[in-house]
Order: sequence, then structure tokens, then C-alpha cells
Amino acid sequence: MTGTSRTDRAAAVELVGVDKTFPAAGGGAVQALTGVELRLGPGEFVSLIGPSGCGKSTLLRVVADLEQPTAGTVLVGGKSARQARLDQDYGIAFQQAGLLEWRTVAENVELPLHVHGVAKAERRARAADLLALVGLADFAAHRPSQLSGGMQQRVAIARSLATRPKLLLMDEPFGALDEMTRERMQAELLRIVDETAAAVLFVTHSIPEAVVLSDRVVVMSPRPGRITDVVDGRRPRGTAPGGELFDPGDVVDAVDGVRESAAFFEAVTEVRESLRKGSTVSGPLTVDTAAPRTRPTSASEEGS
Amino acid sequence: MSRAAQVWPPVVFGLGALVLWELVVRATGVPEFLLPAPSAIAQQLVAAFGTVVATALVTGGNALIGLVAGFVLGVGLALLAARSRMVSELSTPLVSAAAAVPIVALAPVFTTMFGSTTELPRRLVVTVVVIVPVFVSTARGLAQVAPVHHDLMAALAASPAQVSRFVRLPGAVPYIVTGLRLAAPAAVIAAIVAEYFGGLQNGLGSRITSAAANTAYARAWAFVVASIVLGLLFYLAGLLAERVVARTYGY
Repeated sequence: MTGTSRTDRAAAVELVGVDKTFPAAGGGAVQALTGVELRLGPGEFVSLIGPSGCGKSTLLRVVADLEQPTAGTVLVGGKSARQARLDQDYGIAFQQAGLLEWRTVAENVELPLHVHGVAKAERRARAADLLALVGLADFAAHRPSQLSGGMQQRVAIARSLATRPKLLLMDEPFGALDEMTRERMQAELLRIVDETAAAVLFVTHSIPEAVVLSDRVVVMSPRPGRITDVVDGRRPRGTAPGGELFDPGDVVDAVDGVRESAAFFEAVTEVRESLRKGSTVSGPLTVDTAAPRTRPTSASEEGS
Repeated sequence: MSRAAQVWPPVVFGLGALVLWELVVRATGVPEFLLPAPSAIAQQLVAAFGTVVATALVTGGNALIGLVAGFVLGVGLALLAARSRMVSELSTPLVSAAAAVPIVALAPVFTTMFGSTTELPRRLVVTVVVIVPVFVSTARGLAQVAPVHHDLMAALAASPAQVSRFVRLPGAVPYIVTGLRLAAPAAVIAAIVAEYFGGLQNGLGSRITSAAANTAYARAWAFVVASIVLGLLFYLAGLLAERVVARTYGY
């Protein structure tokens, strides 16, 4: 779809000096994001982590062009965020699966293609491939209400992949799942991301989840929402871009291996300490512009 | 509880009530104009079966045509109201006010306006009666778009028309069908009552009044029975539509 070499080489996401201010009740303003600098390379998996109100979801929504930044530049695959949205260059999954209950599972996966007028036969074939990818081939004709929460979320992920995006935006997609399902979904997601070579921007509350999935974990802090640190994640080797593909079983093993490794615990500790530091330097607990506005650590220099 | 266990008690109760009715009428000799015996009503029903069916078809036809017209207008108006703020601000108070107006009171006016030799005034009364519940429930359904669906369609760069087609309208279907279920029996009531105010003498309502005026009380009751059956049929059809939709939507 967007197979020009220029867009392939461009960063999946590039944020420069992004601010976002929401008008607050009572006439004031809430500084949701200040001075955000972030760059995602092609195929890179980056998690955003931080306490509630740190602007991580807002940041994701700015990339998705669901919110307009107050200041700064947002480039997605080298285009403006709006153009990328209009061109369907990214796929998105939310905390709620958000399936349309009057459509079958397959029709839900087809939705992005249906909206954009892809012929029925092609849609059907694509949905069948995607449902096989997320392990739900046998449920194509089911209704969403007949599926468990984890299965619904897998359908939502399949739907986000329908237009073969080079970027996946995920806003706590596993937040509502129980721990066991969640761990299985994490392994599943890494395998899918491998197969599609997509870059991922992943919002989460969970430190272990961020560490096990990501190439880099971006730590954010509230009041005002900003990036305070970037920690190397422990995404299993071989699932990185250009790495060897795993069999589904191998991915589960690799992820389990990471979860039990010393390096994993080190990274978890590092993220945790970073989060704690971020919350102590965030200044007074009131919303005002007098809060420290130090230039945040630039994420783009750290990873590459 | 099994289906049979749900069905039998009211049926037995109804039959028992009929038997009691018959016994009371025979034992006490209640005059016919006050209360004819069920057996007398049944006799009339059999004797005039052809007429009863023909008149029921006329009234049922009026109710159905009015129901369809009112349904189309109610859904259409609600769709327009959802799309345009101006239509919404103009139509919502009007329809709400219409809900408070006893619309059958319009029947004599319509009869004068559109002539007493056509079915049109009756169909119009039914239409107006039906528009209200259909509009209200459709508008409510169209307004219910989950925030996550909003975000999803925005992320898919869907146009407002596509949001209506893919999310708003299908999401409103259960509400629309509930409006239809509420409107269906009301359509029959409106069609019958509208006939009480003159016009053609070919429907259930006119036959009930004329039979009663001619002291043919058992005959009047036979048409009342037909009215009840007609109302039940419309009610059950609405209920069935609602069930089918609920099954498709998974609740």
C-alpha cells in the first residue's frame, strides 16, 4: 500500500517538541503533554509507561490523529499524522475490544477494509488469514458476544492488522484481561508483530509487560505529562526486526525464558525506580504551569 | 421453567374464566345488553365468520399501512434529527408534544378533511400514533455510540455517512425494533377507534358501533373478539421481530 522506499526508510513515528493542553473545568488548563521527543524506528517496539494522568494515552491518541497537539510536530511514516490516518498507515487497538456486536467475528476483522471499499472476496480472504494468525480461524462465523474477553481482544488485534499497517498503536489492549490470558496474549502479540514486521507503540500500566515486549520502555510522569526516562526493554532475541522467525511455541518459550532471566528483573527494577523518581520530582500536586518544566530526556538519542 | 409450564397456567385460567362467565350468565339471567354469554358470542362468530374476517382484514390493513408509513417516517425523521441539529431542535419538541396529545381526537377532523369515503383518514391517524414511539426509540438508539466505536471509526478515517451506516444505524436496530413492538398494538387500537368517528362502515370499529346500536349485542361482542385477536397478532409480530433482532445481536 505505502511501499515507496522513502516511507519504508522513514521513522515509524517521529515526535518533536509535542505539547498538548486541555482546557480544564473552571477556566484553567491541564498540561497533558510537554516537550515530548520520541522516535520509533521501523519495526521497533516501544512501550509508554507511567501513572494515570501522565499523558501516555494522550500521546498515543496524538500519534493516531485522534487528538491534535497544541504545539510540535508529529510525523507517522514520514507523513503528517492526519495524512497517515487518512491513508490508513496505522492499525489501532484499544483497552476495550470495541467489536461491533451485530457483525460476525470475520466481519469485524473486515471492517477497516469494508469502510475503504475493498471487494468482498478480497476482504473475506484477508479476514480468514488474520483470524488464522490470531488463532481464531474456527470462530469466523461467531458473534463477538459468544467469545471470551481474551478472544475478543485477539479479534480486535486482527482487525488492527487488516490494512497491513507498518505501525500498530495499542492503548492498554490487555488491561482488562486476567494475568494468565495476558501473558499468553503478550507472547502471541510478539509473534504477530514478527510476522508483520510492524512497529508498535504500546501503552501499558504493567512494568513486566512493558519490559518483556519492548525494545525500549519510555517512562512518563504526570503534572505536566512528559517523558522522564527511557529504559532498554527485554524483547526476546530473534523477534527483533530482521531476526529469525519463531514458531508459535518457540515464542512462548522465549517469552517465558525472558520472564525468568536476571536481565528481565534488572530491567523491571530499573523501570520501577525510574517511575518512582519521576513521581517525586513532579512537583506540587496541583495543576498549574509553575510545575517544573525541565527539558525531558530525549528518547530519540537513547535507542539508536 | 419449561415452556409448557409457562404457557399452561394462563390458558387454564382463561378457560376457567370463560366457563365461570357462561355459568354466571345462565344462572343469574343477566340481560344480553349487559353481558351476552360466551356461547352466544361464539355462535355469532361462527354465523358471521365471513363478515368478521373481511372487516378484520380492512381494519388490519389500515393498521398495517399506517404502521409501515409511521415507521418509515419515524425512523427517517430520527435519522435526519441525528444528522442535523436544526431538524433535531425542530422535531424533538414537536414529537414529544405529540406524545402527550390524544391523537385519536384528530380522527373526526381528518375525516372531514380527507372525506368520509376513503380509508385515508384512518390510516393517517394510525401513522401519527406510530411515529411517536418509533421516533423516540430510534433517536435514542442513534444517540448511543460507544466512545470506543467513535475512536475506532475516526481512526479508520470514516466519513459521517459511513459512521451512520456502519455504527449508528445497526447499533440503533434493537431500539428501533422496540419502538416497533410498542407501536404495533397501538396501531390496531388507533385503527379501530378512528372508525368510531364515522366514515366508511367496513371495519371492526364501525361494525361494533352499528351492531351495538341495533341491539345485536352478541354480534358486537363477536367483532370485539376479532379486534382482540387482531391486536394480539400485531403484538406478537412485534415481539417476534424484537426476539429475532435480540438473537442476532447476542443478548
